[in-house]
Amino acid sequence: MSRPAHGRPGYHKISKDLFVLTYGALVAQLCKDYEKDEDVNKYLDEMGYGIGTRLVEDFLARSCVRRCHSYSEIANIIAQVAFKMYLGITPNVTCNNLSRNEFSLILDKNPLVEFVEELPAGRPSLCYCNLLCGIIRGALEMVHLAADVTFLQDRLKGDSVTEIGIKFLKKLDEKKYRQKK
Amino acid sequence: MADAVLFEFLHTEMVAELWARRPDPSPGGQKTSLSVLEGMGFRVGQALGERLPQDTLAFREELDALKFLCKDVWVAVFQKQMDGLRTNHQGTYVLQDNDFPLLVRMASGLQYLEEAPKFLAFTCGLLRGTLNTLGIKSLVTASVAALPACKFQVVIQRA
Repeated sequence: MSRPAHGRPGYHKISKDLFVLTYGALVAQLCKDYEKDEDVNKYLDEMGYGIGTRLVEDFLARSCVRRCHSYSEIANIIAQVAFKMYLGITPNVTCNNLSRNEFSLILDKNPLVEFVEELPAGRPSLCYCNLLCGIIRGALEMVHLAADVTFLQDRLKGDSVTEIGIKFLKKLDEKKYRQKK
Repeated sequence: MADAVLFEFLHTEMVAELWARRPDPSPGGQKTSLSVLEGMGFRVGQALGERLPQDTLAFREELDALKFLCKDVWVAVFQKQMDGLRTNHQGTYVLQDNDFPLLVRMASGLQYLEEAPKFLAFTCGLLRGTLNTLGIKSLVTASVAALPACKFQVVIQRA
């Protein structure tokens, strides 16, 4: 008599674990290949960028989000829809400046580091989750938005939270939009 | 499932990354990249094996363990069962997947046949790693006749 395999809680977690464990193996391999933290961070960001450019299509197909009219809408969608969909978490969003083009995503929980207690020895500047920055940057670029995405704080480095900063570089035509009202 | 997509994209980037950074086109260089991928898969397979529900791991026979791989593990990892399992009852098993998810995004048929091994190395390691956690030492290789169908050959290593 065969047991139904899907839907059992044990197995669902395995699917998410697969990504997290594979990511861990990737970071370990990159640390073996490259001595400098900056290099590992760079390659993680580049790989993330490659993933982001393709992930955005998948995201748009699954989420049916409507056209955004402001950077803060976009930041909210990244945190509340995209992060939720792919990583099962919803970071808090804060806006960091008056021009409203700099935002932070505050991650209270971070599934990517579930099996990581601390940075590998001799790797004090490693941005373990730098893939995420690249993914966000790549995804935004595919919808014609240029942004700088970096880790502002990192729990693995001793900070109290993990914070991803998104700085939108090209202004949407907000002035034009406001005049229409 | 969204998680699965993330893994798929990550896997594709990993394969591309390993080939881009190791510009050693000689068979020796290629072999190294394949074994690096296989090694990563092995570590992940071991870790996954440790996370499997313990009550499912009591196998009376080796064949049961392989069936478990083909059904439960494959579904957990790739959201589908293996399409076929054959054995010579002497320690060699051939696992057939007619629609292997990591090959599906590549064109089907004979195009990119040369590229296929790169996309199978990690999974070979994954199978070997999971079996290792189940107490079974093996050698796993893969072959592709036409994408996206492929076969994984598991040869049990007896001490």
